[in-house]
Amino acid sequence: MPKDNSIKSVLIIGSGPIIIGQACEFDYSGSQAARSLREEGIEVTLINSNPATIMTDKVVADNVYLKPLEKRSIIEILEKHKIDAVLPTMGGQTALNLCLECDKAGIWKKYNIRLIGVDVNAIETTEDREKFRLKMLELGVGVCKGETATSFLEGKEIAQQIGFPLVIRPSFTLGGTGGGFVNDPDKFDEALTRGLHASPIHEVLVEQSIMGWKEYELELLRDNLGNIIIICSIENFDPMGVHTGDSITVAPAMTLPDTIYQHMRDLAIKMMNGIGQFAGGCNVQFSVNPETDDIIGIEINPRVSRSSALASKATGYPIAKIAAKLAIGYNLDELKNQITKTTSAFFEPALDYVIVKIPRWNFDKFKGADRTLGLQMKSVGEAMGIGRNFQEALQKACQSLEIKRNGLGADGKELTQQDQILHSLENPSWNRLFHIYDAFKLGVGFKTIQKLTKIDPWFLNQIEELVLLEKEIQSYTIQSLPAGILRTAKQKGYADRQIAHLLRCLESEVFNKRHEFGIKRVYKIVDTCSAEFEAKTPYYYSTFEGENESIPSDRKKIIVLGSGPNRIGQGIEFDYSCVHGVLAAKECGYETIMINCNPETVSTDFDIADKLYFEPVFWEHIYEIILLEKPVGVIVQLGGQTALKLAEKLERYGIKIIGTDFQSLDLAEDRGRFSTLLKENNIPYPKFGVIQNADQALELCKELNFPLLVRPSYVLGGQSMKIVINEKELEQHVVNILKEHPDNRVLLDHFLENAIEAEADAICDGKDVYIIGIMEHIEPAGIHSGDSHSVLPTFNLSENVLQQIEDYTKRIAIALKTVGLINIQFAVKDEVVYIIEANPRASRTVPFICKAYDEPYVNYATKVMLGEKKVKDFTFQPKKEGYAIKIPVFSFNKFPNVNKELGPEMKSTGEAILFIKDLEDENFQRIYGERNLYLSR
Amino acid sequence: MKFTEKKDAYLMLEDGTWFKGVAVGKIGTTSGEICFNTGMTGYQEIYTDPSYYGQIIVNTTSHIGNYGVVNQEQESTGVKFSGLVCRSFSEIFSRKTAEGSLQDYFEKNNIVGIAEVDTRQIVRYIRSKGALNAVISSDILDVEQLKAEVKKVPSMKGLELASRVSTEQPYFVGDAGAPKKVAVLDLGVKSSILTNIAERNVYLKVFPAKTSYTEMKAWNPDGYFISNGPGDPAVTSYAIETVKQILAEDRPLFGICLGHQILAEANGISTFKMHSGHRGLNHPVKNLLTGLSEVTSQNHGFAVDAAAVDPNGHVEITHLNLNDNTVEGIRIKNKKAFSVQYHPESSPGPHDSRYLFDQFVSMLN
Repeated sequence: MPKDNSIKSVLIIGSGPIIIGQACEFDYSGSQAARSLREEGIEVTLINSNPATIMTDKVVADNVYLKPLEKRSIIEILEKHKIDAVLPTMGGQTALNLCLECDKAGIWKKYNIRLIGVDVNAIETTEDREKFRLKMLELGVGVCKGETATSFLEGKEIAQQIGFPLVIRPSFTLGGTGGGFVNDPDKFDEALTRGLHASPIHEVLVEQSIMGWKEYELELLRDNLGNIIIICSIENFDPMGVHTGDSITVAPAMTLPDTIYQHMRDLAIKMMNGIGQFAGGCNVQFSVNPETDDIIGIEINPRVSRSSALASKATGYPIAKIAAKLAIGYNLDELKNQITKTTSAFFEPALDYVIVKIPRWNFDKFKGADRTLGLQMKSVGEAMGIGRNFQEALQKACQSLEIKRNGLGADGKELTQQDQILHSLENPSWNRLFHIYDAFKLGVGFKTIQKLTKIDPWFLNQIEELVLLEKEIQSYTIQSLPAGILRTAKQKGYADRQIAHLLRCLESEVFNKRHEFGIKRVYKIVDTCSAEFEAKTPYYYSTFEGENESIPSDRKKIIVLGSGPNRIGQGIEFDYSCVHGVLAAKECGYETIMINCNPETVSTDFDIADKLYFEPVFWEHIYEIILLEKPVGVIVQLGGQTALKLAEKLERYGIKIIGTDFQSLDLAEDRGRFSTLLKENNIPYPKFGVIQNADQALELCKELNFPLLVRPSYVLGGQSMKIVINEKELEQHVVNILKEHPDNRVLLDHFLENAIEAEADAICDGKDVYIIGIMEHIEPAGIHSGDSHSVLPTFNLSENVLQQIEDYTKRIAIALKTVGLINIQFAVKDEVVYIIEANPRASRTVPFICKAYDEPYVNYATKVMLGEKKVKDFTFQPKKEGYAIKIPVFSFNKFPNVNKELGPEMKSTGEAILFIKDLEDENFQRIYGERNLYLSR
Repeated sequence: MKFTEKKDAYLMLEDGTWFKGVAVGKIGTTSGEICFNTGMTGYQEIYTDPSYYGQIIVNTTSHIGNYGVVNQEQESTGVKFSGLVCRSFSEIFSRKTAEGSLQDYFEKNNIVGIAEVDTRQIVRYIRSKGALNAVISSDILDVEQLKAEVKKVPSMKGLELASRVSTEQPYFVGDAGAPKKVAVLDLGVKSSILTNIAERNVYLKVFPAKTSYTEMKAWNPDGYFISNGPGDPAVTSYAIETVKQILAEDRPLFGICLGHQILAEANGISTFKMHSGHRGLNHPVKNLLTGLSEVTSQNHGFAVDAAAVDPNGHVEITHLNLNDNTVEGIRIKNKKAFSVQYHPESSPGPHDSRYLFDQFVSMLN
């Protein structure tokens, strides 16, 4: 069937604020779906409460509703617009749940709305563990032994029948919240209670544990005719026992023979057809017994998911884009492969490379949290590496993580305590991969490592091979190293820095040596078809081989550096800015080149930039792209700290930084020098001093008086910031900071108690400054701005204070020679405005202001950076009605032992926007009333 | 364990283009037509498929050998292809039920291969140049000598190979008491095809390629199956003749791959050598009779000429390739004869097309 022409207007439901388990992959899928529908002439209306999303931009949808994801918002939209159909499969579990709620309340029926791309019964079957189990048994798909319990007593009885080890899975929860393995009968009662509480319907599945089995995922697409294709097979490096969102995953599946893979494929198709009929995407998870090759069905999600975003980036097949077309009636055989543009969309991508995804955790933000990985997802982001073999992809993924490592091993940061390593192998946490490497290096037996980790021996062998290669490299010097060994190391993904470490020489010497040997980095295309057909889409990754497929054009080019894996303090907001930076540079006639390694993002959609390099935001990779492409310059101020950190090296290598230059960026980051600049400009700031050791700190505190705010330089999201009240605390914290950030210049300043915090974002062209918004925080100063409720415009500041803020913002922007965006934070006490910090780059609040005032500030700022426009060239017309509140959203519920306690270090994972008419608003009143509730002191 | 460097090997193409890599399998020299397969699983099935006789395969997937080998997953009595070109070759394997490593298997079967070459570059080269002959060597390491070697390799066009891989003696498959009997003309048949038919309650007698119609007819079968196999269909004239006679009898007939091309030739429809062929597990085929599409397993370098089907009033195209619109299936109007270009037994590959065996078996009634 071709397109259903009765569908003229579609509502897409977004996934709301970023929380653990539901991140920006849904911005990627939602915006892809919206564009895909608009291409077909369909009017798209979008609802999402998350302002930091591309999907809620005018460039993506016709009507945007930044409203809470609640029934009444849906009714409001349906009252206002003639909507024909709703597409709820792009916004994760949040959207599906809202769709179900509206369905139960009869809303869809009342407004005569068709549900497309989804089957309500399918959602019920897949989310209700017992229904799922029964369905699988009916279909003849193997499942674990288990039963559902709706009471404590029932749960106890089931456990007695099945025996230990077993697993508890609460129904209708996200990312496995409240679930867990129970090996020990003594711990069962507690785990059961937690599970029952976590489930909104107080129901859990008590199930046989298949810990240690191999784990796989398949991504499926089906059309109305019933044609089904498998887009990607994904194998988990970490076997059953670790949530798939917390597992290192690999595509295509590495260790499956065709017989078992095809059996799994058959089961997946049977499962998708068995749960209901809908046209769209579906994710199925399986487990395989390594001893017998038996397959068990684990779960099925009738929607696009985190894994389908990964599968799209891994294969080049845009799942959400095609799923949206299927939802409006197209069949797969009627659509074209979006990469080749000539072959059919009905096919299964063939990969001639390997991708490895590694999750990114932020346990440091959740003090006291249980860091062991299990059924409940705990990671906050992920990075993906693409290579021509597993080892290369693995090294590149490690280089992308930004955890101060240069890859897997070979950086002098290995752990050597045997007992700690062995414990870590059996009790996986964020660093198990590194400890497997350490174990091999230490000489722990292969069998022991396999027994403790239960990881497939093929993967372990790959890591062992790396260790063996390193030992070989270490037997040479940079002068004596043979070309063959160096080439092998590069082909296995080693960074020059790692090789330099092994050879005890400089990174630049390795770089020169390999260029001397003619070992060059080449770029290959992600083309869905292993080069069988010509690909038109410029989606590249690097490797060390013969042929380079990325031929630079002679156009003037701009590179935009992305923000890497999501983490607390650096999330989707920066991807939002990067995407707008790319689009603005395109408008100015530049060829745009995006470099990023986060598969969840819109910036890594091959439809955004003219050229996408899916590469680590790591110096070596960036530098070689620059050498190849010879861009006019590089934009670093949109990609958060990740991109900004590379500014110094760009400067040193004589590469132009677009917008505010390195000296200014550095001046703002160096807390001490910045405060001196304020002094020179006669701008008030809290009393401060810079220290580089504990002795200096103890000396300085006498002068500044407690409480003191302790801040390291060059960090984002208030990392390691703390308010201390006595010498003991001060010394402890300074020692901790210097351990984490050696040679850091730590700023101590007197903390202004009970001050009001405010912040401003502005665009500056070096001469003129335009303040795009001034926000006032509801919580007092001392809580990180990312964790505070901010109100735009300010609600409680006097004219006098506002004038000071405006004046200082303009003066600082000029003094820092800002070209582009700047964010400044203030503390207000007794009608005096003090400067806390200034960041001449896109801030976390820029997307919020863009949405609140309905203006494309990043677009403007990028044009200013490029020198194409001056501030006075723009007519600013902010839509100012009432107030907008930025509401921080936390994921503390993923960490049962951690209390919600807020301070100078950011802890929220996401944000929502709430528009209010006036200050009488009950939400505002409630938030205002609770402003001191979670303050850590 | 220690890091060991592997022996050198060369891949030489007929136009003098060469690639240096490392030796895998047996140390030696091999030759054949070079073609690429984009499947990500199923290497053992591919290497033992008789249709690959005389061919060097470039596996485009990054890793080969990861799950070892199992006797059960062979598609014939042994390795049939001529040599392997791949990116990363795994000497170790992790599958618990495997019987050995691919390296040992190659050594035992005298297979020469090359790894750690830019397979993607090679595929792009073949894609632009079309099918080429090639030599892989790990004992001749002199480029000039290899250039001379590659000149000696005969062209696949006009080459009859089916009789070389066919069985020498007839044999039986399945249950002798089964209600239906099918005669198989073995042009290089894959064992999973036989299994697929036999498990539908059919007794099979497999005949050598050059068996005459009369001889097969003497067994009194309910239907005929014309198998897949290597080589140029146009010169496999003995089989074309056999099929013509079967058609005259009008018993059910099913052909796969080479069998499909021969059914076309027997109806006066020509075949042609494709630019680089279809080899992989992901080729989209639309069934024009049902309107449904299937992901198919393919391995062919020749194809039926669609333009020649049209004017021929008594043959109908039933299946089309969605990528390049080549003919994937035909049926003879008013007769119980049909054939497909792809591999419905799909070993390796997706099981979407096994309904064709049901269709054939139901015709026998």
